[in-house]
Amino acid sequence: MAEPILQLVGLSKSFGALKATDDVSLDLRPGEVHALIGPNGAGKSTLIHQIAGTLKPDTGTLRFDGRDIAGLHMAERVRLGLARTFQVSSVALEFSALRNVMLALQARQGSSFRFFKDIRSDRTLTEPAMAVLARVRLAERAAVPAAELSHGERRLLEIAIALATGPKAFLLDEPMAGMGPEGSKALTSFLAGLRDEAPILLVEHDMEAVFALADRVSVLVYGRIIATGTVNEIRRDPEVRRAYLGDGA
Amino acid sequence: MQATLFLEQLLNGLQFGFMLFLMAAGLTLIFGVMGLINLAHGSLYMIGAFACAAVAAATGSFWLGLMASLAAAAAAGALIEVVVIRRLYQRDHLDQVLATFALILILSEATRWLFGSLPLYLDIPPLLQGTVPLPGGSRYQLYRLALIGAGAAVAIGLYLLIARTRMGMRIRAGESDREMIAALGVDIRSLYTIVFALGAALAGFAGAMVGALQSVQIGMGEPVLILAFVVIVIGGIGSIRGALVGALLVGVVDTLGRFLLPALLSTFVSPSAAASTGAALASMLIYVVMALILAIRPQGLFPAGS
Amino acid sequence: MARETAFNIVLSVLLVAAPVATSLLGEPFYVTLATRIAILALAAVGLNMALGLGGLVSFGHAAFFGLGGYVAGILAVHAFNMEPMFAGIPGTKLMPVIWLVAIVACALLAFVIGAISLRTSGVYFIMITLAFAQMAFYFAISWPAYGGEDGLSFFVRNNFPGIDTLRPLSFLAICYGLLGLSLVFFHRLQHSRFGSALQAARQNETRLAAVGIRPFHVRLAAFVISAAVTGVAGALFADLNRFVSPSMLSWQMSGELIVLIILGGVGRLYGPVAGATLYVLLEFALGGITERWQFFLGLILLGVVLFARGGVIGVFAGRPRHG
Repeated sequence: MAEPILQLVGLSKSFGALKATDDVSLDLRPGEVHALIGPNGAGKSTLIHQIAGTLKPDTGTLRFDGRDIAGLHMAERVRLGLARTFQVSSVALEFSALRNVMLALQARQGSSFRFFKDIRSDRTLTEPAMAVLARVRLAERAAVPAAELSHGERRLLEIAIALATGPKAFLLDEPMAGMGPEGSKALTSFLAGLRDEAPILLVEHDMEAVFALADRVSVLVYGRIIATGTVNEIRRDPEVRRAYLGDGA
Repeated sequence: MQATLFLEQLLNGLQFGFMLFLMAAGLTLIFGVMGLINLAHGSLYMIGAFACAAVAAATGSFWLGLMASLAAAAAAGALIEVVVIRRLYQRDHLDQVLATFALILILSEATRWLFGSLPLYLDIPPLLQGTVPLPGGSRYQLYRLALIGAGAAVAIGLYLLIARTRMGMRIRAGESDREMIAALGVDIRSLYTIVFALGAALAGFAGAMVGALQSVQIGMGEPVLILAFVVIVIGGIGSIRGALVGALLVGVVDTLGRFLLPALLSTFVSPSAAASTGAALASMLIYVVMALILAIRPQGLFPAGS
Repeated sequence: MARETAFNIVLSVLLVAAPVATSLLGEPFYVTLATRIAILALAAVGLNMALGLGGLVSFGHAAFFGLGGYVAGILAVHAFNMEPMFAGIPGTKLMPVIWLVAIVACALLAFVIGAISLRTSGVYFIMITLAFAQMAFYFAISWPAYGGEDGLSFFVRNNFPGIDTLRPLSFLAICYGLLGLSLVFFHRLQHSRFGSALQAARQNETRLAAVGIRPFHVRLAAFVISAAVTGVAGALFADLNRFVSPSMLSWQMSGELIVLIILGGVGRLYGPVAGATLYVLLEFALGGITERWQFFLGLILLGVVLFARGGVIGVFAGRPRHG
């Protein structure tokens, strides 16, 4: 089996007496969509924060692409290829959609400390940025300030920005949130094609999307992973049924 | 001999600290509850001092002057809040800085208009004149002790007001959840006016009391304002407890620094060099302390909401 | 956008034409007024790089304005007295050298102040930058070697090769030259990759980090550049008055620089120019009419914040657009 790109071993994080993440081990392998599900308050957000770099785990190791990333700033993790999207869209609202994507491209090119050249005529930024926007079907909205985009368009812009960072893995935090049935369906089929480019760790509440996309599913309850397996294994797992349905099965 | 001098300076530091607390308490309340940076807080201090000096001169009674200072500063505060400040709550800090900077210009010039450019003088009331003995044989000004007592009394009073009364509950709620208490039917507009007037009255009170130690003049509020900002930033913005700790820290460090640093340096260099270098370092000292504290704890000693 | 450009052109033409015309008419005082406008505008253009583009509300830029001033004053005094400073380094009366020293000194100071202050944000940042400027202020006041509280005078304005700086119009031309350069620089910066990252740091710092750029690094660089520009303005201000004093380091000075920017329009290319023009003219005009000019200046400033959001340029040209 291929070496996992992202690997968590024994990750724990407590806030006072609350164990928000309790000995979590998890990996993401090339070419797969690995979904992370769990009831509200299970600690999914806390876990994502630790992987992305906004929270420091108390114990455990965090490896990405063969190196230990636990001590790295979020920005450094992104430059190594760990792209993320946010549960609530987070873009530079005054910038146009195009300029948001260009920002990711300039970071990837490692060249933000250039003070004179006008980016508006810099074709090494504008052309690839347009190409990325075209992939998520936002090309026609390229010049619109992000603040004026619709909710769904902003979700797509987030994904475009993540694509533009040149990722080796995606960390997608509820990409379907607020998309509506049509939008979810379109996004699901888009993400299905994305896994060949880079594997996806997908946190999602929309079970239809999870079951359609995931190669493997991990279930997080009270900060612990109670089961990991294929969609069918998870559906049949008695502990998962108990956690979700509360039945005595 | 050295020990009694030290004790005297320590008391001076506490007295200065408690006066800073009166300023800082209002500033930090106003910032904590309304999210407003009020540069004009020093003007309210000045208004209190002028009101006290004018009324004391007219009636011959410091105590009437003191009451006048509370009333004048509170009234000026309420007026400013209703006419100007109210429009700034939803604005960013930058607009608040400019608007309250403009208020300083307006209030200073208006005071000059009313009272002229010459400083006024305020006598210590007869009841508090004289000195009291300190352990070790030296004597200490009674008035300064009274200032320490008044500052401590206000600190306790504020604590009781905020922790124990319905009004205090609303103030605390206003800090954490503006929409919620508005939804519960609390008249948030008048709550804000009251909090602002309360902060103004404390500043005016401090101005009047310090006015009897120094001269009462235009621009007297701004140096104190800057120090009060240092205090609330050290203490953690929005925290009354932080303001108290910060104020006493700043008062004592500043006073003792001016006293000890030149003496300390004179063991290394010539007396005149020690005096000038010591004075230079001493006046920078509290800013150094503030920078150190913020470098280690970027939210101050008692971050709001913790 | 077009209206803003038109406004900028008209203002530029007026700022050049008015002092030249009045000077020809034998009223050289207006040249001094225009020089003051140019220097304050330059200082505020510097601050606008941090404040307007990066959202860094520095309440301590007087530290850099004053440091630039003291660099000019100290170098000039040593050159005049022909006594070397420390380590045998001589003073100088050459403006370009002075500016270079001011830039390096301010950049170093800003690097230290920024590295500590940028760990905080919001009101804490406003106040910690103020604290650092106050340190510089009190240091200057109580350090006797260069005049202490009384300030430092030098008798002849510094030199610029090939230009007679004693002629007011020539000195004005130098100040306009530097102001023009700073505006070109600001404009390039605004649309550069660095400017993009800096503006993103203001709008949404998490987003900037999530594309792989550390906000702290970008902000620190912006703070340093901003301080250097303001420092050059300080050196010019010293040369205008042939005098430096701790008041250049005072918190009122920091406040005034912020006021200039808000008055003109935050983050606008010409905001500092429009703000400085209006401020200096108001000060002058009101001062001519009434002793109570500060009262009316205060009222006008208050009116601008409450009713003319976006400053003067906002009133003329509407909201800014970003590409």
